[in-house]
Parts: sequence; C-alpha cells; structure tokens
Amino acid sequence: MERIISLLVENKFGVLVRVAGLFSARGFNIESLSVGPTIDPSMSLITIVTEGDERILEQITKQLNKLIDVIKVVDLTENDFVERETTLVKIHTRTEDRAEAFRIIEIFRAKIVDSTPTTYTVEITGDAQKVEAFINQLRPLGLKELVRSGRIAIARDDAKAAGDHKRRQVVVEAK
Amino acid sequence: MKLTGAEIFVESLKREGVKTVFGLPGGVVLKIFDVLYGEKDLDFVLVRHEQAAIHMAEAYARATGKVGVALVTSGPGATNTVTGLVNANLDSCPIVVFTGQVLTSLIGNDAFQEADIVGISRSCTKHNYLVKHVNELAQTIKEAFYIAGSGRPGPVLVDIPKDVSMAMAEFTYPDKVYIRGYNPTYEGNKWQIKQAAEAILKAERPVLYVGGGVINSDGSGELQSLAELLNIPVTMTLMGLGAFPGTHPLSLGMLGMHGAHATNLAVHNCDLLIAVGSRFDDRVTGKINEFVPHAKIIHVDVDPTSIRKNIHVDIPIVGDARAVLRDLLAQVTAMVGGKRREGKTPWLTQIATWESERPLTYKADAKVIKPQFVIDMIYRRTRGEAIITSDVGQHQMWTAQFYKFAKPRTWLNSGGLGTMGYGFPAALGAQRAFPDQLVVCITGDGSFQMNLQELSTAMAYDLPVKVAIINNGYHGMVRQWQQLFYDGHYSASRIECGPDYVKLAEAYGAVGLRATEPHEVDDLLDEAFAVRKPVLMDFQVDPYENCYPMVPAGGAIHQMVYEDPQPEAGGRPSTPKDTQKESISLA
Ligand SMILES: Cc1ncc(C[n+]2csc(CCOP(=O)(O)OP(=O)(O)O)c2C)c(N)n1
Ligand SMILES: [Mg+2]
Repeated sequence: MERIISLLVENKFGVLVRVAGLFSARGFNIESLSVGPTIDPSMSLITIVTEGDERILEQITKQLNKLIDVIKVVDLTENDFVERETTLVKIHTRTEDRAEAFRIIEIFRAKIVDSTPTTYTVEITGDAQKVEAFINQLRPLGLKELVRSGRIAIARDDAKAAGDHKRRQVVVEAK
Repeated sequence: MKLTGAEIFVESLKREGVKTVFGLPGGVVLKIFDVLYGEKDLDFVLVRHEQAAIHMAEAYARATGKVGVALVTSGPGATNTVTGLVNANLDSCPIVVFTGQVLTSLIGNDAFQEADIVGISRSCTKHNYLVKHVNELAQTIKEAFYIAGSGRPGPVLVDIPKDVSMAMAEFTYPDKVYIRGYNPTYEGNKWQIKQAAEAILKAERPVLYVGGGVINSDGSGELQSLAELLNIPVTMTLMGLGAFPGTHPLSLGMLGMHGAHATNLAVHNCDLLIAVGSRFDDRVTGKINEFVPHAKIIHVDVDPTSIRKNIHVDIPIVGDARAVLRDLLAQVTAMVGGKRREGKTPWLTQIATWESERPLTYKADAKVIKPQFVIDMIYRRTRGEAIITSDVGQHQMWTAQFYKFAKPRTWLNSGGLGTMGYGFPAALGAQRAFPDQLVVCITGDGSFQMNLQELSTAMAYDLPVKVAIINNGYHGMVRQWQQLFYDGHYSASRIECGPDYVKLAEAYGAVGLRATEPHEVDDLLDEAFAVRKPVLMDFQVDPYENCYPMVPAGGAIHQMVYEDPQPEAGGRPSTPKDTQKESISLA
C-alpha cells in the first residue's frame, strides 16, 4: 500500500542521509522524495512516498521517529490530504502532431513554458493520477525528456500536519 | 573566559563527571592530549588497539551504570572503533566516543588519515556529530552524553577536527539540553498497565522473560518483588542474566538456542509471556511462527521500535522497564490486596517436573577437563558474586548456563553482535572501574587471541584480571555446528599453533598457569585468585565437548537436541576421537 509520509526535521547537514539511510539499510524503497524549508528556517520538511504492508510501515514510522534529528513524523495517508506534483515534459514538435499536443495540453490545463524549433517543454501540476494520465496521453507523440518534482502533500486538517509542530522542549536539569 | 577547544573538551568531560577515558593518541588529537598531560581529575587509560578502548569503555559503563568514554585519533584510530560501536549499539550500552578529524578545510580531500567516520558510523550509533566550529563543542558534548545515557542507551560518536580543538571560544557549559526531536518515554501508559495487570492475574501459566533493559534501568528490585508476589517464574536473555538472582527458586536461567530444557518448555507452554526490556531476538525465539503458540504477550520496552518488530504483541507498553515494573507492581498489589501468592502452583510443579526430567548438567570426567567443570568451579568459588566477562563461542554459552549470577551489572558479554575479542578488554574496563573486585574473563582460545595485546595494558595499569582460557584448540562453536550440520567437515575451525599461554603471560610480566587434568583445576584457581596480578589460566579442555541443549538454527525452541548424535553403523564417526589426543597437548 502506498503511503505519503511527511517529516519535520532539523535543518542541518546530514539529516537527509540519515533518513534515506534508514530506508536503504532496511531494504525499504523510496518512490519519491522532496525536501524544502518551512516557515521556521531551523526546520525542513521532507515528503516521502513509499510502499509497504502495515507492519513495515509501522516499523518505518517508528524508526524515523527514533532519529534524533527528526522532530515529527506524520503518515498523511491516514487522513484527508491534498497532494501535488509538478512535472516538466519535453516533447517533439512534429507538424502533424501539434494539434494533438495542444489538445492534450488544453484538456489537462498544462502550460507550455519553453519552445525550440523542434521541442516544446510543458509544465503540469496536479495530483499523481493527473500527472500520470497526462504523461500517458503524450507518450504516443514521443517524449524526449521527463522531470518530476516528486510529490508534496499537506493534511487538510492542519492540526495533524507535521509542518504545524509546536515546539516541544525536553529539559534536563544539570547534574 | 576563553579556552581552546581542547580545554573545552576536557572541562566538559569533567562537568559530566567523567573519571576515566580509554583510548590512544594520534596527530589530530595531540592538542587534546596536551591538555590531558598533567590533568589530575581525569585518568587516561592507554590501550594497545582502539577496538579494545571501546570495549573497555562499554564494560566500564555496563558495570557502573555511567556513560563510558573513549578518545582516539582520526582515520585508522577512528575506523578501529567501528566494531565496538556496533557492539554497543546492539547491546544498548551508553558510551561516547570522541574521534579526532583532519582540519575542517581538508575534510573531503582524502587528507592524510582522513576517514569519514561520521558517515561510517551513522548506522551503528544512536547519534553522531561532526563539530564544525569550536562554539558548538560544549553544547555538542552535553547533548552527546544526554543522548547516550537516556532512553534506550547507546553509543554516540563526536568527531572533532584538529582546528576545532585548537581554536578559542568562550566556555560556558550548558546546564540544560533542548532536543526537540528526542523525547524518550519513561512512564508507561496507565491504561495499558492496568490491562497488563489484569492479564497477569488471570494467567495460569505466566512467564517473565526479561532482558538487558531491566539491568539498564536498574529495575531488578521491582522485578523480584513482582515475581515473588505472584510466584511467576523468570527467564533471562543472555543480556539479562543477573537481572534476577540465578539461584532464586523462581529463576529459570537463560532461554533460547542454548536454554535449559525446562526453561524452553516453560516458555513454549506459557499462557502469558511478560517481556520486559527484551526484544525477541532470533536466538531467543527460534522459529518465530511457533514461538509461544498458546500465549498472550505483554511487551515492555523503552524503545518503541522494538515492539511488534518481530512478533505480534497483545499489550504493548512503551516505557522504562523499572518505571513500568514499579507501576505494574503497584497495580497488581492493589488488585490482590497485597496478599502474596504462596506455595507451588500447578504451573511451577509442571516446570519442576521438566527440570527433573532433564536438568542442566554435564558429565564430569576423571581424566579430561570438561569445560563446564572449569566454569562450575569458578562459580562455586565466587558464589556468583564476581564480575564475569566472556567472549563468544561455546565457553560463553556454558558460562551463561552454569554461572548463576547473583546481581545485575556483573555479567559483561557481547550479546547482539557476538564479538569475539570483547571479553578481555571488557574485563580490564570493569576492573578499572572496580579495582578491588574480582574480575574474571572466561574466554576461548580463539576469542582471546583477538585482543590479547591488551595484556600490556593490564600490566601498565595494574589491572589484576583473571583470564580463564577454555582452551579446546578449536573455534569450538564453529566446530560444533560443523559436526552437527556439515558432516563433520572441520573446515578452518581448528586453531593451530596457539601460543604457549604460560610463556605468553610471562612475556608480559603477568602470571601464567596451566591445567591439563581435572584434579589440577581447584589448586590452579586458588593460586590465580590469590595473586594481585593479571593471570592467564590455560585450561586444556576436552576439544570435542558440545554445548547442549541446542535448538538447531531455524527450529522451534521446544524442539531441542540434548546430546551428540550417535554415529550410524558404518557411517562417519561424529567425533573424530583419533585427533583428540593431539589437540589436548596443544601447548
Ligand atoms: C569477530 C568474530 N569473528 C567470527 C565469529 C564467528 N564465531 C562465533 S563463535 C566462534 C568460535 C569461537 O572460538 P573460541 O573463542 O575458541 O570459543 P569456543 O567456541 O571454542 O569456546 C567464531 C569464529 C565471531 N563471533 N566474531
Ligand atoms: Mg576454542
């Protein structure tokens, strides 16, 4: 089963390696991964799409939580969430295919963001299904290149989102 | 006040209450060693190999309950610590290892003696740090000690580049730690504890299955009260030995691959398994699908990832073993109105029957020293009160079987990783912590040779450990498996040309003793325990003795093998008696 995990982490060097290492060391595959800053510059947000049965996912979530630099782990798939992915597709622009290309771009509300005499570069943003469908429609016209941003997601009920973490502090008195 | 990084390092250790540091110097840590020179409050133990320093720090931590500390140089010094780090990580032992690093400007350039130890150790430490600026040094050390010693304890590595130890900074040692991503749970969930208490009172055939977590949390007292209140038998993992007195009528000793007959049967047939600070290791459970088929499982562990990792759990309780045992005891006591359950339950009677069916014993011999006999004699002499370290192999399992530990923190051994070479340095680390206690290392001829260079350290620091080499001329455990599962093909398990251990000891200025016949063992131990010097005892034992009971790898734990298979008519003899003589007269 596919899962989207949102991780709030310390914005420090080496944190991404720890997270990725945890997946690789246990043979868990990462399908997509994206990292970016949050409102608080001392933290970053990592969105990971992964797959596995419930037991594996319970382990993954616990192991992620165990990392010292991970502040909060949320499995977004447990509740309502909104997801988006941006993709850039470069296609051939043979004269006989142009009309069809325009038609597909129009239907999916994609956007041509660059063109050369022989290619168009198209941007599409949407959930994974939409992006997937768009790419499949374009495929017969000949895809030259494909760059996907990886999926990002946010919980609809914002109290559950990792990005909403309130600072918890662990205080240890001096010996 | 401005101090150099090196001075900040030493001051910070003192603030953490560190007394002893184990290690070995090198180029990039010379500034730190220069500060240690003449330092009166910190005592430094110079080892002969960095791996030994980590094992010493670990044993020091395990025996004292404090965080152990080691300091080594960059590159090879750092890489030599890796085995010790993995060992401490798997056995949940709190140590902080400081490694020197090349200049920050050279990191990543393949500089002389550069190793990416933070990268290398990432997967085998609880956490690690590269200190990039002297301003972060004190804070990092504070965090390192806190992380190592709290929650599920573990090793933390701090990598300090040379320029950081030379640079100056204002020194203030933080008195608080804020780590927003790290907040271990100590108190168990009240509702879950109530559920557990009810299950315990309902159970007819309960077993407490306890591990190193009980020792790490100093929860032995609570454990004993709970077991005694309700007459619940207690079995211990290899790491848990000592958590409950080995001679207590409710003690079942160790379970698992080399667990006793009655112990494994009790576990297999229980209707409630109360796991506390143990983690269902495969050496304990055997075939996991057939483990405790009739039981409900309660699992108490401070590390949430341990729970439901290997097995389904009915009542999970995340929390410190001691805190949860305390609450559980209070809850149960309230429920039974403080009344102790007296007398033998049918369950205990059943276990006693199993015990008499096949007690844990060995056959002594008048001519050949049986390895178990040596361990038994050490046990009788010390009455389970000595600090015992061990290595890995048959001798380790026999020690776990026949040495009945009276107290926690007296059994130091490599459980999770099974690191040959652990035992001797561990004995030295423990002896350094407790100079006046009897520390005995029960080791094998294979294992001892993996860190014997530390004899020099033992002499230099006057650490009078007693090393009992159960010398069978073989990697005995390997040989046993080859005998039982690989048609007796003793491939690369014979240890040829072992040294003359008596001369070896003497070469270092220590005492060397040898016994080749059973009647010599007693006197030899007398002599060894009487001298205040490191002693190497070479016990030349039966090379073909095997460790039983044994659960064959992958089998269910109630299906044990109790003795050597009888040779089939006309088949290959399972024990090549012909080579026996030659092996005994090794030295
Ligand atoms: C560092 C290391 N290498 C290899 C092994 C695999 N191994 C497990 S037990 C054993 C034999 C140990 O021999 P010895 O110390 O003589 O003990 P014995 O079994 O003979 O009592 C070996 C090689 C190990 N545990 N650790
Ligand atoms: Mg041996």
